[in-house]
Amino acid sequence: MLKPFKADLHIHTCLSPCTELDMSPKRILTSAQEKKVDILAICDHNSTENSKAVIHAAKGTEIKIIPGMEVTSQEEVHILALFDDIEKALKLQDYVYQHLPGKNDEDVFGMQVIVNENEEVLGFCDKLLIGATTIPLENIIRTIHSFDGISIASHIDRQAFSIISQLGFIPENLELDAVEISTHLTIEEAEKTFQTRYPFTRSSDAHYPEDIGKGFTTFLLEESTMGEIKKALKSEDGRKIIH
Amino acid sequence: MKLKDIIEKMDLKVLSGQDKLECDVTGGYTSDLLSDVIANSKEGNLWITLQTHQNIIAVAKLKDLAGIIIINNREPDEDTLTKAKEENVPVLCSQEMAFVVSGKLYKLASS
Repeated sequence: MLKPFKADLHIHTCLSPCTELDMSPKRILTSAQEKKVDILAICDHNSTENSKAVIHAAKGTEIKIIPGMEVTSQEEVHILALFDDIEKALKLQDYVYQHLPGKNDEDVFGMQVIVNENEEVLGFCDKLLIGATTIPLENIIRTIHSFDGISIASHIDRQAFSIISQLGFIPENLELDAVEISTHLTIEEAEKTFQTRYPFTRSSDAHYPEDIGKGFTTFLLEESTMGEIKKALKSEDGRKIIH
Repeated sequence: MKLKDIIEKMDLKVLSGQDKLECDVTGGYTSDLLSDVIANSKEGNLWITLQTHQNIIAVAKLKDLAGIIIINNREPDEDTLTKAKEENVPVLCSQEMAFVVSGKLYKLASS
């Protein structure tokens, strides 16, 4: 039976240098439960090292965790990559790490904390996660698809790091699965503002626990799986976005 | 000032738009945000950027720019060059950084 699922498909963890330690797996899940979020996607900048911890921490809860990443392209466009399986997300991470120059400076950009599901610090990522990869946008999308993932252009309404701010308009022939808007507007408003053939998702891009679920997309699905979300993005078999 | 004179004085490599080099250049515009170039560049400007994505050709065409200088010895993507040839937009390459290229062009344009 199809039913609505509340999904926030773009949140950061304490791995992203621009967040604090309070974006830990348990805090994230507590906040998601308070906001009655059913599906969360973990999208740290250019890394998925904390996805596993959140997946493990969510065991025994009703919340579905999608491993993912927010990749920065050569053009400095942010693209969300979501996967049904952590191994596929890690494959993308390998590819991204090979094309991500620089080392993090904690004093300047912040700490990049790798944790486990018990809130223990396992280490620090020394890659320059805040930086841009040397990968052209088209190649990122192609690679995400080669690992069965979906690609969503991040916050296209924002003035920074969005496909529209960086490239002026959404290039033709791009194989995006959706475009994301921030909490500053509704999907209905976005449909009037942006002329695009892609479906819209709306997410929080949360960097603080209290922001989780502030932006969300309601999907009509049979169950909270990536396969079902893929169908909804294509409006197949009755699955759809109901805003 | 004609584009061909700028190319000669600034030692730029011409990758496309060879028959548009007689065009007059009205000034320069330096930016890597294509949304900003759409909003603020002026007709006949020579655009200085490090972006190599094919959208730069559409933006140059849309704004009737004199051409694009890609800086820092960057190579345009293959589909960018194909599009530049199709649309006959001059794509020029410089080995120097945006600051230097902009400074040289400013000096030439105001002399």
